[in-house]
Amino acid sequence: MFASGETVRVKDAWPEATGPVHIRTPYYVRGVVGEVVRHLGDFPNPEDLAFARPAERRPLYHVRFRKSAIWPEPKPDDELLIEIFEHWLERP
Amino acid sequence: MTILETGGERLLAAVRALLEQKGIVSTNEIMERMAITDSASPGQGARMVAKAWVDPAYRARMLEDGTKAAEELGIPMRGMPPLGVLENTAEVHHLVVCTLCSCYPRAVLGYPPLWYKSAGYRARAVRDPRELLASEWKTFIPDSVKVRVVDSTADYRWMVLPERPSGTDGWDEARLAGIVRVGDMIGVTVPGV
Repeated sequence: MFASGETVRVKDAWPEATGPVHIRTPYYVRGVVGEVVRHLGDFPNPEDLAFARPAERRPLYHVRFRKSAIWPEPKPDDELLIEIFEHWLERP
Repeated sequence: MTILETGGERLLAAVRALLEQKGIVSTNEIMERMAITDSASPGQGARMVAKAWVDPAYRARMLEDGTKAAEELGIPMRGMPPLGVLENTAEVHHLVVCTLCSCYPRAVLGYPPLWYKSAGYRARAVRDPRELLASEWKTFIPDSVKVRVVDSTADYRWMVLPERPSGTDGWDEARLAGIVRVGDMIGVTVPGV
């Protein structure tokens, strides 16, 4: 589990490259460092659910990213807030 | 004949009959859900916003748990994804988008506007939200206000609680609800009088 305020990095993983998948982690935050805002609850893993496989419940977090961490940004304080499952997060 | 060549009405009737036979979902439940879906509209979300503007305790409950706050006003939420509410302040302006598909808080806002699902809106909202809001909606977010784009990627649905505009002192809930537009609750516009 990650705590609110903890620094995390989205895994720089590309399972799309190896076969059919259903991924709820946008491309543009793969490998990007952000901050956990809060744990939103536990939800069935959509990567299994989409293929009618038994889907384990996984913690889902609201994670905040500075826009400037993703793109050149004239307003560096602007942010993105994204729901990301725990198995996509790591400690940098 | 393949499933793709079968008439849609016949196929629907067959699937409904199978769902009923197998005890998965009854025709009544389908009719009930259709009625709920059709009755959902931005007016529901506007009622929540107006109540939050006049009732600080309700506002606190709404920010804590949007689903419960919607149910408090009689909005059907059973079977719906959890609803989160994002509060706009003098420091931060929220904009909701779903870059992966078209996740939208239908229970409280009804069917999404067509542009919400467009590739253009989805791409521009995360890449350059200030330019998007200024050029498409004439919504200008001051430099002193942080823009926080909320990409609705998973199991929650998000609505924005906009700031109450000045010039509305003494207005009752019904009158306040009348000025809240769908865009105000997505974050592409801000309410005004």
